[in-house]
Amino acid sequence: MCLAIPGQVLTIDSTSEPWNRNGRVRFGTIEKTVNLAYAPDAAVGDYVLVHVGFALQRIDPEEAQRTLEILREMEELQELETVTDAPQGVPESRPILPLEPS
Amino acid sequence: MKFIEEYRNPAAAHALAAEIARTVTRPWTLMEVCGGQTHAILRFGIDRLLPPSLRLIHGPGCPVCVTPAGLIDQAVALTKRPEVILCSFGDMLRVPGRTGDLLHAKAAGGDVRIVYSPLDALALAQREPAREVVFFAIGFETTAPANAMAAHQAMAGNVRNFSLLVSQVLVGPAMDFILRSPGSLVQGFLAAGHATAVTGVAELHDLCHRHRIPIVVTGFEPVDLLDGILRCVRQLESGRAEVENAYARAVRLEGNLPALAMTHRVFEVIDREWRGLGILPASGLGLRDDYADFDAARRFDLGPAPVSDDEDCLGGQVMLGTLRPDQCPAFGQRCKPEHPLGAPMVSSEGACAAYFRFRSPGTGAMGDGR
Repeated sequence: MCLAIPGQVLTIDSTSEPWNRNGRVRFGTIEKTVNLAYAPDAAVGDYVLVHVGFALQRIDPEEAQRTLEILREMEELQELETVTDAPQGVPESRPILPLEPS
Repeated sequence: MKFIEEYRNPAAAHALAAEIARTVTRPWTLMEVCGGQTHAILRFGIDRLLPPSLRLIHGPGCPVCVTPAGLIDQAVALTKRPEVILCSFGDMLRVPGRTGDLLHAKAAGGDVRIVYSPLDALALAQREPAREVVFFAIGFETTAPANAMAAHQAMAGNVRNFSLLVSQVLVGPAMDFILRSPGSLVQGFLAAGHATAVTGVAELHDLCHRHRIPIVVTGFEPVDLLDGILRCVRQLESGRAEVENAYARAVRLEGNLPALAMTHRVFEVIDREWRGLGILPASGLGLRDDYADFDAARRFDLGPAPVSDDEDCLGGQVMLGTLRPDQCPAFGQRCKPEHPLGAPMVSSEGACAAYFRFRSPGTGAMGDGR
């Protein structure tokens, strides 16, 4: 229910009513009309998180990048440790992450 | 898709899991609040990547699960009125009230329609001026701005044949209730990322300080969840209790101000019944008097929904985290998604449904007994 999916804003309708600010948003291969009233800073090309037909927030690309960089450093650190130390990682008997949507 | 795939990267997930394993020195119990997080944890096997002393228990953040049976009965009763079109999110249809569910009401001739957005229900009302369109407005803070917008647009557009049957609940009071419950096991929270994207973190700071408990705002992809878990465990291991934001790409500290403004314009805070938990004070939203014309309870004179006690379903204990779904005596036996005893077995966010789908014998994904 609180599911929200990231999609890219393709177009924004011009409208006089701020609560009717609608746009077309693309999710992979699907396009939908989304109410953008709650993401007034979202522009064409931006990604927004969409819940029940409403953009909840514009996704902040800088914050997203920062998270990914921290993760990359952690991965690199772990690779180094795996080389220099006894492996400390996840035991092989544990299931790996299935990455296909179910 | 961008902003999803990079957070499902197995190498990053395993690096985070290894870091969690290195960090944990004592047993800890964390609760993820949102049912969407519960499903992701079980679907991706996140719980199995964690050291055995680190336990995840599953919170009440499933709006369908906490919608009271009495309100479902009222929705079912409305479908018997020939003028009514009852619109609902699809998740709600198979959830049993005491007098049946909406799917059976539809089979019995009621006009029940699944919509994706409350605005779809409003558009239907505009297309069908001779009918009464009632939208079953359930949800947490995440959904409240959407439901508020539907009421507001109905008022602005003078759409008089549209109303809301409201079951809006608030996540903060539920977290508070869990921490006050006797026998609560929760030592740290992974707060619901999308609800917090709307509310901001102010309320979480209040909870954190009152209960001295770490709260980490967490997203929904495997890497987001592991990052939230790592941050929470680091706080616990170092004796800190702070609010952290591990979902900064979506959550601003102040929340979504226009969404909050519309929510407060249309709704006011009231006491609400939570299915399985009872009536919690100041735990939900009801339409303000200005919007009374769009309140289905008033339009159809439904009166207060009688408080229910769910005799057979132990969903309340599941949502408090004191009972794991597969420890329930009815799990997978008398209670299955096709014939559920209670809502947590039905909803796509219900903890019991997640265990049934991802941890049942025969799915090749049996739990490890933790």
